[in-house]
Amino acid sequence: MPSLLGTAEIRNSERELQQFQLRVGVAGVAVMIALCLLAARFFYLQVLQHDVYRAKAEDNRISIVPVLPNRGLLLDRNGVIVARNYQGYTLEIFPRKVASLERTIDELSELVDIQPRDRARFRKLLAETRNAESLPIRSRLSDEEAARFAANRFRYEGVELKARLFRQYPYGEVGSHLLGYLGRINTQDQTRLEEEGLDANYRGTDFIGKAGVEASYEAELHGTTGFEQVEIDAAGRGIRTLSRTPSQPGNNVTLTLDMRLQRVAEAAFGERRGALVAIEPATGDVLALVSKPDFDPNQFVDGIDPQYWAELNANIDKPLNNRAISGLYPPGSTIKPYLALAALETGKRRSSNTIFDPGYFDFGGRRFRDDKKGGHGTVDMYKSIVESCDTYYYHLSNDLGIDAIARFLGPFGFGSRSGIDLAGEFTGVLPSPEWKVKRFKRPQDQKWYPGETISIGIGQGYHSYTPLQLAQAMAMLASGGQMYKPRLVARIDNTRTGEQRSIDPEMIRRVALHRENVDFIKRAMVGVIKEGTGQRAFAGAQYSAGGKTGTAQVIAMKQNEKYEEAKVAERHRDHSLFIAFAPVDSPRIALAVIVENGGFGARAAAPIARTVLDYFLLGKVPAGMQNPTPEDEAAEEEESD
Amino acid sequence: MEALEARLPFRRIGARIVEGIDPGLLIVLLSLSLLGLATLFSASYDVPSRVVGQAVNLCVALVAMWLIAQLAPQTMMRFALPAYVIGLALLVAVALFGDVVNGARRWLHVGVTRFQPSEMMKLALPLMLAWYFHRKESTLKLRHFAIAALLLLVPFGLIVRQPDLGTAMLVGAVGFYVIFFAGLSWRVMVGLGVTGLVLLFPAWGMLHDYQRRRILTLLDPSTDPLGAGYHIIQSTIAVGSGGFSGKGWLNGTQAHLEFIPERHTDFIFAVFSEEFGLIGNILLLVLYSLLIARALMIANSGATVFARLLAGAIALMFFTYAFVNMGMVSGILPVVGVPLPFLSYGGTALLTLFIGAGILMSVHRHRRLVQT
Repeated sequence: MPSLLGTAEIRNSERELQQFQLRVGVAGVAVMIALCLLAARFFYLQVLQHDVYRAKAEDNRISIVPVLPNRGLLLDRNGVIVARNYQGYTLEIFPRKVASLERTIDELSELVDIQPRDRARFRKLLAETRNAESLPIRSRLSDEEAARFAANRFRYEGVELKARLFRQYPYGEVGSHLLGYLGRINTQDQTRLEEEGLDANYRGTDFIGKAGVEASYEAELHGTTGFEQVEIDAAGRGIRTLSRTPSQPGNNVTLTLDMRLQRVAEAAFGERRGALVAIEPATGDVLALVSKPDFDPNQFVDGIDPQYWAELNANIDKPLNNRAISGLYPPGSTIKPYLALAALETGKRRSSNTIFDPGYFDFGGRRFRDDKKGGHGTVDMYKSIVESCDTYYYHLSNDLGIDAIARFLGPFGFGSRSGIDLAGEFTGVLPSPEWKVKRFKRPQDQKWYPGETISIGIGQGYHSYTPLQLAQAMAMLASGGQMYKPRLVARIDNTRTGEQRSIDPEMIRRVALHRENVDFIKRAMVGVIKEGTGQRAFAGAQYSAGGKTGTAQVIAMKQNEKYEEAKVAERHRDHSLFIAFAPVDSPRIALAVIVENGGFGARAAAPIARTVLDYFLLGKVPAGMQNPTPEDEAAEEEESD
Repeated sequence: MEALEARLPFRRIGARIVEGIDPGLLIVLLSLSLLGLATLFSASYDVPSRVVGQAVNLCVALVAMWLIAQLAPQTMMRFALPAYVIGLALLVAVALFGDVVNGARRWLHVGVTRFQPSEMMKLALPLMLAWYFHRKESTLKLRHFAIAALLLLVPFGLIVRQPDLGTAMLVGAVGFYVIFFAGLSWRVMVGLGVTGLVLLFPAWGMLHDYQRRRILTLLDPSTDPLGAGYHIIQSTIAVGSGGFSGKGWLNGTQAHLEFIPERHTDFIFAVFSEEFGLIGNILLLVLYSLLIARALMIANSGATVFARLLAGAIALMFFTYAFVNMGMVSGILPVVGVPLPFLSYGGTALLTLFIGAGILMSVHRHRRLVQT
């Protein structure tokens, strides 16, 4: 048996060997077929389809290089350049081509001046920018530094000297909130550009308008990026340009801003916080838009220095905040002329109607006090505006009622956005029972109490408006009922074709007001300046102007509490307001000034308005200002650069 | 006289060195490796040190091949079971403690270095299966094939889970080749194939949309030209633009302008093909044909079942590497991470391949001397 089994096994192994040899043959044939299949595929690709793929490979050798457009200039209404470009050298590092960034920067600092802030900014850029080709370590090199680097270029692999255009604001911080600034395109901007389908036009562009007109008119200013088809060599370096589609520079934007007026206004503020908006009533042109404190937009141009940025953000005065459009303030007594007009227009009062002011107004068991101890005596409407009598308006608002007040003030733009072409405009609050219902959740908070109407009469309570809204209302009153959209840009010029596009004033609404009522209110406002609360600030003014002072409480004071300025901390002091227009007969300017914690309106805000009107109407330069015309100083700055 | 005396020991040492080395196989292997170094030189214009590194890898691999070639197949048999068990244990360890690189858990830390146990399985599995079938020589039943299939599926499953489809496919294929050469009946193979195809349909229905899309992209890269398809589109352009005679060594634009990703490793064939054209490709195919043919001949002459099965599987492993890689680069097979044998940059793959060649040489040295 064992031998039988043995032979069977041997026979089995022989069969297995034969089977194996057969399968090796099968495998060999399969391998040959498979390899022939590959050969056929190669023949198809490399012989039959060769032309197709050669063409595709050729396309791959051509690289599209963007040609950057020059950004459009910003000019003021008189043609003064307020934002321009200049060419400067930057030293840029290609992070991917450099072994050690720190060492490279250390080595570079032997040649050019590299401050710790330059390093900090570089690190910030490196962290923020995605897939950056190159990043600047130093910008605005002096000619000497550029030459020194150029001579030593060979020592620095992955570092290049580049000529780039930079944005420059010749007047520094003047008008910074209106002009805005440029900043590096960050991932958020990139996403937005991609969504809007603009990313192709921004290839190669590093900067984009971040605030102000630079941001709102980005589409006009940027221009069209051109393209160069460049043949590249094995290392990806350009060998020669095959074709070139030139870039088209951005359009020049002429603002309605009067830069000289802006400078005078900012100088008048000095170190004080606040805002000023000056508007041409007949057009809505924004002549000046001040928000103090401000910032230097030049600091943003090549990636903001982190320290300066931190300072701006940490500052409790919030210099980046544009108070003119996003600061909300109670109007104080500057609301009185409008309420007086409301009473005249609705027939609730005639201008000759009088009240007796004992110095207070009792309502619902509460005593509302007048500023003047002992009261103003017998007061008619003219006197109520000139002397700013509170009691008169306690009566008046009570008689008008909150609904009529809200209905009348609404068309003047109180509590609604003006539509100015600047990002971040606030709505403010025009108080009304409807507003309360919308504003508050709990039913007991939603109810409007008649007592609340009383303080509305003197511009306190829930009122809160932007300085722009106050100026717009003033302009509307000055023009007799016409409201224009605030116009920032007068004209857009295409420098290539010479085509000029004017942006026409846009009337938002016209309110039918009785001429004699408007004239009466204006006359009363002239009285404020001639014989009333604004008298001292406007002593000896050689033009006709109307105005109204205002004082807005910062912290709520009970009406029977005595306000003692000296005891109140500086930041809890009242805001000082002033609204004005001039000349009276055909107003060319309407403005609103607010000085934060400036105390009484007549003291801080009115003198600023005086200075601005003196300059605008008479060309009178304030005593403290050394250089009357900005151009002179600009020329000097350029030389000292 | 003295000179002759002096030369003699060298001659003896030389004779010892070349002992067991199959000159035909070695010439083919060296030709392929030198072509690889030349192509790598072109692909590595930016990192020239790679060529030196690969030359060192080549020397190490040649030494390993020589050492293996000195062993008899019977000695190797003794390593089969331990190698398989250790390999399996390491795969389990990877699943538990492995490093995650690019979303896949493939690497295991061993002291200062780390390595991929799945690479080891490429040889350990055929070794194990060949040894198993060798023990069951002439008493083979269907259930032995079932056990062999189980021995294959366990490491295969572990590698799929990593996930590393390329290596899993290679390991699975090599294991299957052993089973195929061992004589699995055609009827079973056809039956399994048909069952598999039938099962694909309900499986497809159970997949999520994104999983289906991923598989479809794998099969047709042009549906995803910016993602996975980019590799294939660019490598196909490289191959096609090479034309009949190629753009010349160092002149491939696709490679040098960095349009070809992974141009040192999995896509080195695109560089080769662009610069040497159809002529180069045919030369490469001829070299691989010679390599595989020689390996199959060695398998055919193997003295034992173990030697025959192992050599046959290694022969087809070379083929699978080459075919899948070239098929992928030229756009007829899906993209899986398989290097081009003897040409792609990378020490581990080269070591595996040369150890395989060493096994072939050992089998050849201990071949059946008498034809029955």
